[in-house]
Amino acid sequence: MIARWLAAGLFFVLLVAAWYLAVKAHIWSPILLPSPISVADYVKSAVEDGTLWEATQVTVRRLLIGYGLGILVGLPLGLLTASSRWCQDTIGVLALGLQTLPSVCWVPLALLWFGQTEAALLFVVVMGTLWSLIIATDHGVRTIPPIYTRAARSMGSTGLHTWTHVVLPAALPFLLSGMKQGWAFAWRSLMAAEIYVTILTGFGLGHLLHYGRELNAMDQVIGVMLIIVVIGLAVDKTLFAPIEQFLHRRWGTARQ
Amino acid sequence: MATTEVNPAKTVPSKLVLEHLSKWFRTSTLTVHALDDVTFRIAEGEFVCLVGPSGCGKSTLLNIIAGLERPDRGLVQADGKTIVGPGPHRLVMFQEASLFPWLTVLGNVLFGLKLINGVSAEERREKAEYFLELVGLKKFMHSNVHELSGGMKQRVALARALAPNPSVLLMDEPFGALDALTREQLYGDIQRIWSQHRKTIVFVTHNVREAVCLGDRVILFSPNPGRIREEFAIPLPRPRDINSVDLARYSTEITRVLKGYVQTEVAG
Repeated sequence: MIARWLAAGLFFVLLVAAWYLAVKAHIWSPILLPSPISVADYVKSAVEDGTLWEATQVTVRRLLIGYGLGILVGLPLGLLTASSRWCQDTIGVLALGLQTLPSVCWVPLALLWFGQTEAALLFVVVMGTLWSLIIATDHGVRTIPPIYTRAARSMGSTGLHTWTHVVLPAALPFLLSGMKQGWAFAWRSLMAAEIYVTILTGFGLGHLLHYGRELNAMDQVIGVMLIIVVIGLAVDKTLFAPIEQFLHRRWGTARQ
Repeated sequence: MATTEVNPAKTVPSKLVLEHLSKWFRTSTLTVHALDDVTFRIAEGEFVCLVGPSGCGKSTLLNIIAGLERPDRGLVQADGKTIVGPGPHRLVMFQEASLFPWLTVLGNVLFGLKLINGVSAEERREKAEYFLELVGLKKFMHSNVHELSGGMKQRVALARALAPNPSVLLMDEPFGALDALTREQLYGDIQRIWSQHRKTIVFVTHNVREAVCLGDRVILFSPNPGRIREEFAIPLPRPRDINSVDLARYSTEITRVLKGYVQTEVAG
């Protein structure tokens, strides 16, 4: 375990060292490739003056609301498309089609509908999350071995009981991977939306990134990108990893 | 109301009555005649084995008795009442691993018990532990399903099917996927449990020796369409050893008859 941590740490140290050496070699202009030290300086000052913390709060709040709405609507719809042929032919086809639409394509529509408001951002996040979540839930429920529901039915389980006690838990591994994918999509959609949509109700990380470009402040651009990556990793490790570990113990599924 | 006709061999009322059962499966491209005019009775506490090659409709028949499927024609009754759906009086033990991987061993055995009204949590727990003890797996009750071997899984499945106290136990090739040694242990277990608890058991298998080892009666099916061909009473004393010579004599005879049907089917 310690060896693995050391190896991972060494890898990232080497990566930063290579970056540092590339800057020292003056191959590219420092405006295009700032040194890791100036990026660290930016992050430090942004943490100290509170901009980073504030932007992170704004972004994460939007993300949680949008993602939450996506799950709240997507999960039941996915269950519906999996259980009724009519829903599969209507909502299912719609979801399949819209899932292929990159979420940034919703931004122009959201701007025209909602103007430069929070609602526009939330709309883009929900659209980015919802369809893939419906597809994942539908797939998960369909992949359940029919023997589980037959065994439950033979013991007298019916209707809602079968759904809550058999179908949902049996589909849990698939639901989780669907939720993980939904989370990644929500994160992408929100960043796209924040970069394109300037609104006055709160500056998120996407806005910081955008202004970094406007000001030609490459240290800010790279610094904010790093923060975005770190938040993504942290969510994966704190939110999803424990559930995955539980599934691994119970189901005995291989996890890598 | 079922006629209370008495089986002359045993003066026990019929537990299950099947009369002129027929079943077809239709897909867009073909229609399979799964069961054709199947009629038989099973007495209370009897152990009956249904034997036949794959495709003879024996699993379909079991599903019909379980109430998981409906016949297209004919009558199927348990305790004189027409079977219209599944119920805790007739529980199925499946061929494949049908245990729920999201529950522990204990959770699996409790699943069926929780569906019965009027049983307190302590009673449920007691019953679950009793039946796990009966199949020799009490110390694994907090284990996860994937940690068990194939034979242990089927033992848990047996405990799960027994726990709600069904009067009829329907077993669909429950030992099909197990190795020979594990199977032989389970033959012993199932005979012991049957003699202690006197369930009516309908046991589906394609293994003639297994059928002779377990059944009071062996009913032979032939495929295309699934029909009853012959019945054999097995009056051997219990507990039976699958490797005994007496048992081999019966299974050789039944196998010979079975092969005859399969060959005439092919020739015809």
